[in-house]
Amino acid sequence: MAVVSADNRGLRLGARYAVLVLVAVIFVFPLLFMAMSSLKPDQQLLSDTDSLRAFLPVGDISLNNYFAAFERAPIGVFVFNSVLVTGITVILALFVCSLAAFAFVFLDWSGRGFIFSVLLATLIIPYESIFIPLLLMASQLPWIGTGGFEIGWLNTYRVQIIPFVADGLSIFLFVQYFKDLPRELIEASRVEGASWWFVYRKVVLPLSGPVIATAAILKFLFMYNQYLWPLMVVQAEEIRPVMVGLGYFTDQLNVPWGEVMAYLTIITVPVLAFYLSLQRAFIASVASTGVKG
Amino acid sequence: MASKLTRSNRAGWLMALPGTTLIAAFIILPFFLAFAFSLTNQRLASPNPTEYVGLENYRELLGLAFFTLEPERDDAGVVVRDKDGDIKYPRLRKFTRNNPDFPALQGKREWFSWQSGDNRQVVLASDVVFMKALVNTFTFVFVVAPVQAGLALALALLINQKLKGISLFRAIYFMPVVVSIVVVSLLWQFIYSPGDGLLNNILSGITFGLFEPRDWLGNPSTALGSIMAMSIWQGVGFHMVIWLSGLQTISPTLYEAAEIEGASKRQAFRYVTWPGLRNTAVLILIVITMQAFALFAQIDVMTQGGPLDSTQVLVFQAVERGYGKQDISGGSTISVLLFLIVLGISLLQRWLTRERT
Repeated sequence: MAVVSADNRGLRLGARYAVLVLVAVIFVFPLLFMAMSSLKPDQQLLSDTDSLRAFLPVGDISLNNYFAAFERAPIGVFVFNSVLVTGITVILALFVCSLAAFAFVFLDWSGRGFIFSVLLATLIIPYESIFIPLLLMASQLPWIGTGGFEIGWLNTYRVQIIPFVADGLSIFLFVQYFKDLPRELIEASRVEGASWWFVYRKVVLPLSGPVIATAAILKFLFMYNQYLWPLMVVQAEEIRPVMVGLGYFTDQLNVPWGEVMAYLTIITVPVLAFYLSLQRAFIASVASTGVKG
Repeated sequence: MASKLTRSNRAGWLMALPGTTLIAAFIILPFFLAFAFSLTNQRLASPNPTEYVGLENYRELLGLAFFTLEPERDDAGVVVRDKDGDIKYPRLRKFTRNNPDFPALQGKREWFSWQSGDNRQVVLASDVVFMKALVNTFTFVFVVAPVQAGLALALALLINQKLKGISLFRAIYFMPVVVSIVVVSLLWQFIYSPGDGLLNNILSGITFGLFEPRDWLGNPSTALGSIMAMSIWQGVGFHMVIWLSGLQTISPTLYEAAEIEGASKRQAFRYVTWPGLRNTAVLILIVITMQAFALFAQIDVMTQGGPLDSTQVLVFQAVERGYGKQDISGGSTISVLLFLIVLGISLLQRWLTRERT
């Protein structure tokens, strides 16, 4: 009797794992195919699709697609631009949004309630529904730069950065987190005569590691993966980000699939590696968007 | 005491100022500009001054008319048929082009029609492509939202088991979420290749050759469905994680109690799990709906709205006008409609799922 039930349990456990693995295969196979295909010449890449060879590093394996891709497009420039735009936006966003949230949670000022409810209301506005008027704004906004006064933000770094520094969700995440911090700590520092800036810098920020990670990860994913906005406002090659740079490969009469796979691998694998090394933080950050209901 | 310590108008405003100014300038202002531009003929760059045109843009997009085409009859009043026996109708053009008797049909084109007796019932639209985009977007949302939410819940339940190595599977299921939708679209465009494409080969391999290869993206009847499947593949991990955090807020003592009462697994789900997920369910539906309505990159990369406008969607149309044709007012009008639809559906979802007392 006992032996049979143990067998049963083993069988059931095996079935559970079989389901888990099967689902995992569905999620992994396109990415595996991408990475493996990037190592194969076009001819073999296409013919391998009729067998499991499509997912294996077999046959004529080389890095030739990568060399060819670098020849075809200034990939280094695209990657630099994406890293620069994403990095600056994330840093500015963390500062600006945490500072605003600090004011909303810990300070008492007239207009606070009203402004916060307006901020919450903006959560329902999809970016896609404001990009067209924003495009016109970007074409006419003034700027004072190294060249003096100028009109127009198109084809600049700033048009890719500044509109995305502050957003309702980031501020909201900080507000939720700050609310749970012990208020006595802040009040005690104030009693001792600390300035608000000091309380923000030296008391609250050092306690905010988790929410900073959450906000940074969400902003990073949003910025690095942006497509529609840079497509509209960035024509110049020197400031183009990686997603728009794809056009170099797909706007061909005969799409060089091997090179495409190499390019996709180049722009995806660092993000995947980043994700896998900080997996818990990534998943926690998405889960925390769930508190807003 | 506390109020004196926290009361500070100057510091409060100063600290909130950068964030609120940026949001006011780059989210709230363009939001209202969209409404304003939709009432004008604003272009991205034009030598002519911008004029107020009232609701003209909305009329051009949403104008509909219904018309009954009567068959041609000969002198005896008998219906004329062509040599195949099909009924002959007058050309629709006769009514829609400069016909003073039918001002409501002026400039409109046939959207769809059906037969009723000898007559042909025709629905005409001012902008047929926009109408198709509207229908496709709604189709996309109404299929993707429930299917993706359901699959995400199934995955969350699957991953919520206490098994060795389960966190590895969770990490894998979530992986496509961090990959750009542009990358995913291009990858799947290749997977969906006609003939000897990867998906065709996989499917015919699994069915031992029974499966007929098809042109997934090139065929109007499968193109939108293929994009839906891919979008679900990419996004489902996101909502799985939100379900999962909802699942983990349910107290284990409730399950123990259910077990003591002798509840089956199904009953435990029905009476413990599901009621505990209520708020999560509302949130997930609203989030998926908002994301689904914003569908753009997939279309832009994979089909450009084709074949035969079968994958035209709202944001793609807004961009094609506002950016492609530099028609800011037309693009803004679609943006406003998009926002109103998203708002309406979110409110409706909230109302439908409200707590009933």
